[in-house]
Amino acid sequence: MSRRKVVRADAAPAVAQRSELAIRPVRRGDLEAVIAIDTQVTGLEKRDYWRSVYRRYGESATTASAQFLVAESGGEVVGFVIGEVRDWEFGAPPCGWVFAIDVRPDARLAGIGTRLLESICAGFRRAGVRKVRTMLASDNTLILSFFRSQGMMAGRFIPLEMDLEE
Amino acid sequence: MKLQQNSLLALYSLVEFAGDPMRHISAAEISQKYQVSPHHLAKVLAELARAGIVQSVRGVGGGYRFAANARRLTLLDVISRFEDVGSGTTERSGRTPADRALSTVLTEIDEISKATLKSVTLATLLRLSQQKATAAEQAPAQGEASQ
Repeated sequence: MSRRKVVRADAAPAVAQRSELAIRPVRRGDLEAVIAIDTQVTGLEKRDYWRSVYRRYGESATTASAQFLVAESGGEVVGFVIGEVRDWEFGAPPCGWVFAIDVRPDARLAGIGTRLLESICAGFRRAGVRKVRTMLASDNTLILSFFRSQGMMAGRFIPLEMDLEE
Repeated sequence: MKLQQNSLLALYSLVEFAGDPMRHISAAEISQKYQVSPHHLAKVLAELARAGIVQSVRGVGGGYRFAANARRLTLLDVISRFEDVGSGTTERSGRTPADRALSTVLTEIDEISKATLKSVTLATLLRLSQQKATAAEQAPAQGEASQ
């Protein structure tokens, strides 16, 4: 059994205190900041992947059904969210899927993730769907806790996988 | 999944403390609300105090108050102080192929349970609890309205 002492409270992030936060569709000039946030968080730079994501969801492609939004504070991109409405995937009626969300570590705990999720959900509502889903690794405790804090619960789907032999 | 009594008492108490973090709440008040033994509850609260999750306040108006971060404290953090979560399924692993196969399935269930408990913070549990309270208050009102 653990006997770790629980430490209290997190400091208020400087970024969020500094200026107003705006949530808006991504622009080409934001891509480097998005790549930097993802690299910082995951420890792996995926430049080609993010370019393809931008081509698919960015700028002119962003609609209520397919959204790539960024959070901007003090002229800097401090977070992003990406998702789309998928029809009858896994036999389910159309619903919104959030497949990427992140906030720069020094800007966390200021409600930016909440604002991003609220914005993309507002888009999904405009697109006519009434359910939002996501999927993430079971050991990704931080993001799992975030989604749960927003009211998300385990859904009726169970992810399964297996290794393919040579 | 079934939680042991100590884990349940700890979570009930923490919902009370975190729901009103400025107030000192006595063990007697909690034991009365949840109809549990004050002696039993005192042991649980002492463990929570040792862990720094609650703070004991002596004297008149004393009791306990919440001392942790509800947005960071997870259910697994609390429960693992009172029981070993998901530790019973590998006891028979390795004896026969059937044991090992069964162990694989039961371990999968344990891992899902742990991931769930690790991802639900006390703040989330508190919000859920408040939603259930609101729903319970509204249910009779809706029933009356439909009569």
